Amino acid sequence: MKSPVRLERRLEQPKWLNWAIPVISLLGALAVGAIVLLLTGKNPIDVYQRIFERGFLSTRALTGTLRTATPFAFTGLCAAAAFRLGVINIGGEGQLYMGAIGASYVGLVMGNSYPVGIVIIAMVFAGMIFGGMYAGFVGLLRAQFNTNEIITSLMMNYIAGIVLNYLIFNSLSYWRDPRSAGFPSGKPLDKRAFWPSYEIGGVGISFGLILAAFVAAAVWVLYKRSRFGFEIGVIADSPRAARYIGIRTKTTIVAVTALSGALAGIGGASQVGDFTHYLDAKGLQLNSFGYTGIVVAALARLNPLGAIVVAILLGGLTNAGYSLQGPDFPSGLVGTLQGLILFTAVAGEILMKYRVKRNTAAKKATVAS
Amino acid sequence: MNNSLLIVILASAIFYGTPLLFAALGGVFTERSGVLNLGVEGMMLIGGVSGAWASQHIGGSAWFTVFASILVAMFAGGLTALLHAFLCVTLKANQTVAGLSITIFAGALGLSSYFANVWKVAAHPVTRPIRKLDVLGLADAPVVGPLLFNHTILTYVSWVLVAASSFYLFRTKTGLQLRAVGESPQTADAMGINVVKYRYFHTVLGGMLAGIGGAFYSLAIVSTWVDGLTKGAGWIAIALVIFGFWRPDLTLVGAYLFGALQSLGTTLKARSFHISGDLLDALPFIMTIVVLVLVSSRFAHKRLGAPAALGVPYEREER
Repeated sequence: MKSPVRLERRLEQPKWLNWAIPVISLLGALAVGAIVLLLTGKNPIDVYQRIFERGFLSTRALTGTLRTATPFAFTGLCAAAAFRLGVINIGGEGQLYMGAIGASYVGLVMGNSYPVGIVIIAMVFAGMIFGGMYAGFVGLLRAQFNTNEIITSLMMNYIAGIVLNYLIFNSLSYWRDPRSAGFPSGKPLDKRAFWPSYEIGGVGISFGLILAAFVAAAVWVLYKRSRFGFEIGVIADSPRAARYIGIRTKTTIVAVTALSGALAGIGGASQVGDFTHYLDAKGLQLNSFGYTGIVVAALARLNPLGAIVVAILLGGLTNAGYSLQGPDFPSGLVGTLQGLILFTAVAGEILMKYRVKRNTAAKKATVAS
Repeated sequence: MNNSLLIVILASAIFYGTPLLFAALGGVFTERSGVLNLGVEGMMLIGGVSGAWASQHIGGSAWFTVFASILVAMFAGGLTALLHAFLCVTLKANQTVAGLSITIFAGALGLSSYFANVWKVAAHPVTRPIRKLDVLGLADAPVVGPLLFNHTILTYVSWVLVAASSFYLFRTKTGLQLRAVGESPQTADAMGINVVKYRYFHTVLGGMLAGIGGAFYSLAIVSTWVDGLTKGAGWIAIALVIFGFWRPDLTLVGAYLFGALQSLGTTLKARSFHISGDLLDALPFIMTIVVLVLVSSRFAHKRLGAPAALGVPYEREER
C-alpha cells in the first residue's frame, strides 16, 4: 500500500511559512493533547476553554499571564541565541538561577544606599554576568575540548539547583534571612531594589517584560544586521567554511554561549527584582522556566522578536494551569501540553523543507482495487 | 566484614547503577543505529509511572506482579520511544530538539506527572517492590555475598543483557548491519539493509530498556512514585553511552561508577560522616562533566569514536 500523500522537496521557502508553521504546530499540539485528555476521561473542549479564559480573558488573567511570560521571554531568548549558532544550550534553567543569585546579592548590598535607578541597572548587570559566566564555562568546554554542551549545560542546571538549596536551606549564607529560623527563606530586599511595574488598562506589566522586548530587539539587530551576526550564521551553516574565511570560531562559540546565558540571567534578576524580592530557592525551581524557554525558542523558529509573542502565549497556558490546578486539572497537564507544542514544532519543520502533495499514484491504485 | 564501608559502597554501586545500566544499554542500541536519543529521561519516567501503576493494579503472585509491572514499564517506554522514532526517522526532524521535546512532554512536569495524578499512583506506596534476592543462600557469604548473591532479579538480567548485547553487536550479522546503519546509512542502504526498520527497531528497544530503568526507581530504589524521581538519571545515562564508547561492557563499568557516586550520600550519611550533603548530591553531576571533558579529548575520539552518522537523519533521495 502506498501512502496517500508524498513529500516533495521545496525549491524555495516562502516567507508566509514563518508564521504558518508555528500556527499549524500549535493547532497540532492541541489536537494531540485532546487525544491524551480523551484517553484519560476529560473533555478537551472544556479544558481548553477554561485555559483560554483563565489565561487571557480578564485583566487579572492577563496580568498573571504577563508575569509568567516574563521569565519565559528571557529563557526563550537564551535558547534562541545559542541555537542559532548550533550550540544547544539547554542550561537556561541554571543560568536563570545564577542570575537570580547575582542580582539578589547586588540588590541586598546596594539596596539601601544607592539611588533606585542605579540599583536596578546594577541588578540587571549582575544577573547578566552571573548567568553569562555560568554559561560561558559550558561554551569554553565546547570550544576548547569539543565537549557535548547539551549534557554539560544540563548537568549545570542540577548543580545550580543544589547551589540554590545550599544558599538558602543548608547554610547561613548572605542570602538567607537570619530571622527565618524555623523555615529558612531568602533575606528580603530593600524597597529601593524593587523593579517598577506599570499598568495599562488594568493589566499590570512588569519592568522585566518591557526590558525583554528591548533586549529581543537588540538581539534581533545583532543577529540580522551586524557583522557578528553574519559570522554566527556562517559558523552555523558550515564551521569549516567559517574557519577558512578567518572567523574565530572558538571565540564566537564562547561569546554566544555567554550571551545566551546572560539573557537567561536577566530573567533570574527579573524574578528577584520584579516579583519575589528575595532569593526564592524553592519557587525558582518549581516552574522549569529554562525548559519552557526551549519550547518558546523552537515555536518562535529562533526569531528573538517572535520569542516574546510565544512567551506570552505559553505564559497564558502556564498561568491558566496555576489557577486551574486541582483534581479536574492535574499538575502535569501544562508540562504535557508544552512538550506537545515542542514536539509538533519540531515535526512542523518538515513543512519548511518539503511540500505535502497528494499521491496520485496511490489514488489510481485505490480505483483499480 | 560485609559491613565494611568498601563492601557497602560497592554493593550499593551495583544497586544504584542498575537503572543507569539499563537506560545506557538502551542508549547504546539507539545511538548505534544513528539515532540520538535525548528523550531517555522522559522514557524512564513514563516507564516508572506505568510500572508503579501496574504494580498497584495487577494481582496474582508477587513474582507475577513484578514481572507484569516490568513488562508494562517496557511497553510504555517503548511506546514513548516510538514517538521519537517517528520524529527522527519518518519526519527526519532535528534529533536533538526531538529528544528534548520527548523529555519535556513525558518528563517530571509532563505526562508522567499527569498520569500519576490521574491514576492516583503517588497516593499509595508500591506494595510489591522488586526485592533483593538471596541467591543460593549465599547472600551473607563474606565479600562475595553482597557483591554477587544479594541483588534484585533485574541486576542479574542486566548482566546477561550486557553479555548478550556485546555478542549481538560484535558477533552477529544483524549487529554488524546495525553498526553499518549507524556508520554509513547510504552504504547500508546500498547493501540492501532497511535503514528505516533498523532505526525504528533499535530506538524502540532503547526506550523499552529506559522504561525498565525507570521502573527500577519506582519499584526498587524509591518504592513509591514521586514526580521526577529519576532526578536526571536519564541524562547521566546519555553521558554514560559516551563514556562507554558505545560498548556494553564499558557502559557497565561507567554505570556502576556513577551508581557509587549517587549512593555515596546515602551511605555516608547513614554512617554519620560529616560531609556536606549538597556536595555529595552534586557529585554525580560534577563528575559527569569531568569525565565528559576527559573522553572528548582528541585521543579518545580518534580511537573509539561515535557512530559516524549519529544524529543525522537519513534521506534516501538526497543527491
